[in-house]
Amino acid sequence: MILDYVGVKEINGSLIVLDDVEGASFEEMVDIRLDNGTMRHGRIVQIEGKRVVVQVFEGTKSISLDNTRTRLKARPMELALSPEILGRVFSGAGEPIDGFGAVYPEKKANINGTPMNPVSRIYPRNYINTGISTIDTLTTLIRGQKLPIFSGSGMKHNELAVQIVRQAKISDTEDNNFCVVFAAMGVKNDVADYFCRSFDESGVLSRVVMFLNLANDPIIERTLTPRCALTAAEYLAFELNMHVLVIMTDMTSYAEALREFSSSKGEIPGRKGFPGYLYSDLASLYERAGMVKGSTGSVTQIPILTMPNDDITHPVPDLTGYITEGQIVLDRQLEGQGLYPPVSVLPSLSRLMKDGIGEGYTRSDHQPLANQLFAAYARVQDARSLASVIGEEELSPTDKKYMQFGKLFEQYFVNQGYTENRTVEQSIDLGWKLLSTLPRTELDRVDDELLDEYYIDDPDQITFDDFGKTSDNKSGDEEE
Amino acid sequence: MAAKDVIFGINGPVVTVKNTRSFSMMEMVYVGESRLVGEIIGINDGFTTVQVYEETTGLKPGDPIYGTGGPMNVLLGPGIIDNIFDGIERPLKAIEEQSGSFISRGASVSSLDLNRYWNVKIKVKVGDTLRGGEIYATCPETAIIEHRFMVPPRISGTVTKVEPNGKYKLMDTIVVIRDEKGTEHNLTLCQQWPIREARPNAERLPADIPLITGQRVMDTMFPIAKGGTAAIPGGFGTGKTMNQHQLAKWCDADIIVYVGCGERGNEMSQVLDEFSELIDPKSGRPMTDRTVLIANTSNMPVAAREASIYTGLTLAEYYRDMGYHVAIMADSTSRWAEALREISGRLEEMPAEEGFPAYLPSRLSEFYERAGRIKTLSGSEGSVTIIGAVSPQGSDFSEPVTQNTKRFTRCFWALDKSLAYARHYPAINWMDSYSEYFTDLDPWFRENLGEDFIKYRNKITALLHEESALMEIVKLIGSDVLPDEQKLVIETAKAIRVGFLQQNAFHADDTFVPLEKQKLMMKSILHLYNKAKHIIAAAIPISRITELGLFERLAKMKYDIPNSKPEMFDELIADIDKALATLTA
Repeated sequence: MILDYVGVKEINGSLIVLDDVEGASFEEMVDIRLDNGTMRHGRIVQIEGKRVVVQVFEGTKSISLDNTRTRLKARPMELALSPEILGRVFSGAGEPIDGFGAVYPEKKANINGTPMNPVSRIYPRNYINTGISTIDTLTTLIRGQKLPIFSGSGMKHNELAVQIVRQAKISDTEDNNFCVVFAAMGVKNDVADYFCRSFDESGVLSRVVMFLNLANDPIIERTLTPRCALTAAEYLAFELNMHVLVIMTDMTSYAEALREFSSSKGEIPGRKGFPGYLYSDLASLYERAGMVKGSTGSVTQIPILTMPNDDITHPVPDLTGYITEGQIVLDRQLEGQGLYPPVSVLPSLSRLMKDGIGEGYTRSDHQPLANQLFAAYARVQDARSLASVIGEEELSPTDKKYMQFGKLFEQYFVNQGYTENRTVEQSIDLGWKLLSTLPRTELDRVDDELLDEYYIDDPDQITFDDFGKTSDNKSGDEEE
Repeated sequence: MAAKDVIFGINGPVVTVKNTRSFSMMEMVYVGESRLVGEIIGINDGFTTVQVYEETTGLKPGDPIYGTGGPMNVLLGPGIIDNIFDGIERPLKAIEEQSGSFISRGASVSSLDLNRYWNVKIKVKVGDTLRGGEIYATCPETAIIEHRFMVPPRISGTVTKVEPNGKYKLMDTIVVIRDEKGTEHNLTLCQQWPIREARPNAERLPADIPLITGQRVMDTMFPIAKGGTAAIPGGFGTGKTMNQHQLAKWCDADIIVYVGCGERGNEMSQVLDEFSELIDPKSGRPMTDRTVLIANTSNMPVAAREASIYTGLTLAEYYRDMGYHVAIMADSTSRWAEALREISGRLEEMPAEEGFPAYLPSRLSEFYERAGRIKTLSGSEGSVTIIGAVSPQGSDFSEPVTQNTKRFTRCFWALDKSLAYARHYPAINWMDSYSEYFTDLDPWFRENLGEDFIKYRNKITALLHEESALMEIVKLIGSDVLPDEQKLVIETAKAIRVGFLQQNAFHADDTFVPLEKQKLMMKSILHLYNKAKHIIAAAIPISRITELGLFERLAKMKYDIPNSKPEMFDELIADIDKALATLTA
């Protein structure tokens, strides 16, 4: 028997309250038909006896106490899945919006997913070659990893994400197994367009599934967008054995949507007004990356988030950093100097890198080189802060060498054109070249054997002509 | 089974029951037709509140709730070691077999394998009197751990029946005892214990034996005692988990309980992978033979995360009572505190600092106070050492979890972001960290490593502090203007930082360094320092000493001198003397 409940008891923000409801179950979907014929969707978020609180995805605008008929759907929120979702565009709530009609489902899956059993996980070891020196050498991306980009408003995170998608694809040997799931949460129309265009240009559009919740779309839908996207990704990876790269932007908008919804529910706020369960909530998204026994596919996540006021201690980047396996941090100062990608090397980190590089993966000297580059670049920061007080002239000869190293490092290693695709080999060699500009005795993180092999004693042999050619941002006094 | 009651309200993991008197506080219950595990966390006249350890999607008002009549228990018996459990002691491998790679709800599997046979050796005979905690039988649990079956703490009596030695299953009765009142108790291979209650012991012993970790900065600078408590706070990327892994691999406890509480799934699979490949140098067996894993990753239900810490602790105490030294790594206690906050929020309790409940400090202190070195009820000695990672919000150590943890732990290994950025690992900041155990352990160090060890350690600490004061000046005016004597301090401190404090977890020798080598490393550094000081006093410029490359040699001695050849330090010191002699000649 199907019952319609007429009218509502209470409306508050995006929530409506129904009374005298029989047999409602937690997180059940409901359809709400307005008297003017339009249809809305909602989900039960709280039950107290016969009183039921429903979250309306499309918002409560023009709902009144008695112009609705609500029907319980007796199932949780599900996403229709089939191999045909590749190349399609969906709304944030998983409804097709590209005009090609509904997906004929091969399977329906609860968008909340189920937690992966830790013993069934395969520890990720296979690196993804992104062709970007800073990432490949210093914060290597591993298949099955979740590696967010911490950025700020106005910085080139979108370009970086697109470059990763483009170049990662090219270097992939199992090419036809690769696909992208793109979740846009509260992004501007232009940004969504930029991604569409870029996917089209690099010829991957037919392998992209898009979930778009734009800045002016309802916030409740926004809280569903990443869940829909990850459900699609899990399906593609674990049932169709594909390598899925999930790009989610912008996680800050997602968290703010969650905050808005939480406060309308009257929940006790935690830090900066975000709900106390923000960590668990973000974890339930990020933890859906990985690889699992019994399937050859993988879900790799690159969430993008803009740090409000470039503050890395803001709850969203902070909690994200605690869940994800490292982070790529972009720096406004580097961006200001015209360097692309403006990756701030020191706070960037890839936790899974140590097991996915070295002998048999990249090169045996990769890890020591990365350690030495980090250590040397950290020294550069000390020298710079000293120089800002006493002037560069007064620095000790060693510190001056470091200043020089820092400049070259940023100009040739960090700075890389938008279209320049470097092999890991090239990036590692470049790293050794840069280190060779420092006195050999300063290199205390690598053992002598490696130095014998890679340290270049002759300063004339250290040239960087091959690098940064395509970048038009070279500050190059020597170039013009 | 207790009376049947029904669900009234549902809000996330919190479920309420109306008008019932059938439950008691902290009682374990089953919720709904799929029998999700839950616990009673609040009772008042109108409502009883249940926290559910699994996803509550699909529950309905009117669904039944079944009581169990007892508090949240864990099953204790052989089969715990080398196993991996979730937060409420459900074996994840068995769940995988039952429901595949993703954890479905209401999975009902026994915590321990009921059908496996254990090779039991009986230790008592008819007529013996047994008190609680005494051992009545043993069996080999893994190649290196002997499982000792103990009489449950509150039972005692005379043995009336004994089975012969042989192979038994978990639930088989092997000994029967009759207590004073004449009641017979069947003793099997397992017992139950409520997770939130500390297991009793005979007496607490002082914390005067160090837990040797092989990590220089911990062993030498900030040592921890067996039965002690330590906190490792640090922002993300500073190496909390890495340090916990290193400790789990190398510390000299008999058994490791590793609780992954609200952390990453991939980290747990890494632990599983690495520990089964790693060979324990002492026993020659894989590390898993002495390890219990509790994995409640961040995407698993939040209420079970809250319980996982107690589950781990109870397992640790059980092995402690057998007379083992157990170390428990909790990674991370902040996630546990957040679980408390989340549940407290759902209960609409009045929040204290930053939304955390007001009972956060008391819960933390209850937890850390369950550590200790003790005399067991059967008279042997055991210990539980707790090492808890803390993940401060925004890397700010003034937040409530870090501050309260600091109050209840005696060892504080503060991880530093700037050290981590410079890839100085372990990134333990030597200025902010402390250990209150140092005085307690002083006699042990003197006895086992000689008077010198303490002397070297103090000198090294003093040099590091002096360097830190000098760096204030250097930051303002550069190091060129300092007198040579102070330049020497800076050079030496650099050698200490790079050569001694930094330790490479991926290097075969450097990952674990015996105390003796730690001492000799300090000795070598201080030897050069003292000699050089005399040379500088003779008005020879320091640049001539640094040109000799001796400081670089000190920086690399950790790699150049294998752990097995401490005699090579004599050569090193001789080389230092020889090189310096060329200056004064």
